[in-house]
Amino acid sequence: MNVQEITVIEILDESRTLGIVELAACACVEPARVVEMVEAGLLEPLGAAIDQWRFAGHDMRRVRAAQRLMEDLDVNLAGAALILDLIEERDALARRLQQLNTLLAET
Amino acid sequence: MDYKDYYQIMGVARGASQEEIKRTYRKLARKFHPDVSKEPNAEERFKELQEAYEVLKDPEKRAAYDQLGARWKAGQEFRPPPDWGRDFEFSGGFAGGGDESDFSDFFASLFGAGSPFGRGGRAGGGPRRSHAPSGQDHYARIEISLEDAYHGGAHTIELKSPELQPDGHVVVRPRALRVTIPAGILEGQQIRLAGQGSSAVGGGRPGDLYLEVAFRPHPLYQVDGRDITLTLPVAPWEAALGATVPVPTPGGPVDMRIPPGARAGQKLRLKGRGLPGPGGSAGDQYVVLKVVLPPADSPRARELYEQMKGELAFNPRADLETGR
Repeated sequence: MNVQEITVIEILDESRTLGIVELAACACVEPARVVEMVEAGLLEPLGAAIDQWRFAGHDMRRVRAAQRLMEDLDVNLAGAALILDLIEERDALARRLQQLNTLLAET
Repeated sequence: MDYKDYYQIMGVARGASQEEIKRTYRKLARKFHPDVSKEPNAEERFKELQEAYEVLKDPEKRAAYDQLGARWKAGQEFRPPPDWGRDFEFSGGFAGGGDESDFSDFFASLFGAGSPFGRGGRAGGGPRRSHAPSGQDHYARIEISLEDAYHGGAHTIELKSPELQPDGHVVVRPRALRVTIPAGILEGQQIRLAGQGSSAVGGGRPGDLYLEVAFRPHPLYQVDGRDITLTLPVAPWEAALGATVPVPTPGGPVDMRIPPGARAGQKLRLKGRGLPGPGGSAGDQYVVLKVVLPPADSPRARELYEQMKGELAFNPRADLETGR
């Protein structure tokens, strides 16, 4: 198998924000769906008006995950938002639990 | 290609009702959905499940699949019968929620674009998205170590890319990309590789490839954003008297001062020793102290414990006795 060398990569981090059109395109959804997600509190862009909205790169993951949850599990947007919030909470607790377990483990 | 037993995958009997299949699918989908599940093979299981449900939920496809007969066993070498699909009437092409290109060759040969089942929705032999001017974006997840994130470095990523053939068939081709990941990448961040998605039909712009970064679990560190946490074992006298001890950090060991009178579970901070950030900023490393008792496994050690017992007025259960 040939290995192709990739020289140009772009990291979507804090310093690289996306507008609504770009975010929608990246996540393969309609811009209207992004607006719905903002209205549901699933995304919190910077900027007041829609054309000024700036999204963080990791919002793309939230959009895609929410979209997948809606399609695959037959939940609505509010349900997907709740699932994503609970998953974040669960993951934070799992990290905390892992720390505490390391602390308590016998050496 | 291997025969797939869709009933076995879903864990239902061959005679299960459509209602039962739907209920089982929903239950398993919640359990194995890759965005929800912590199961290690969730993604694979979920794809399998979607594929099985794609067939079993549709009475036409299910009836056709059932005609293959119960004599096939999962994993058996399989060729579709030559008269496959001849006597079926189709109400339409593939219209599932899942991405068909993720499904197995077994599925593709029976229900894919080139099959009798695939024809309806793809009249003219064109792909489903042939109207799209640009190629499709692809997504993949890469796992890197914390050290790689800290130092940056080249990674070879092996991907299986679905490729659309001119006749509408989808073939899965392995390919490898070598990508240099800069220092300070964080878990959950997206990397965009422009033009590495599907090539466009009819000369449009090819799609992009997005890589989502995940960290492999580290034996020493827990990571939260740019901050990392390490549990540091210390001797009782190091905690009590204070000490300067070497502490591992992703950038190499540093000396850390433990203040006298430190407690077990106390969190100390090594500023700027976390993952590097843009513009010279960096996260912190937190060090949680864990006091480890020396074993009383020699006469001398027992003697020292006896001495502490006799000379220290220490009651670890004072709080319990006063009821506070």
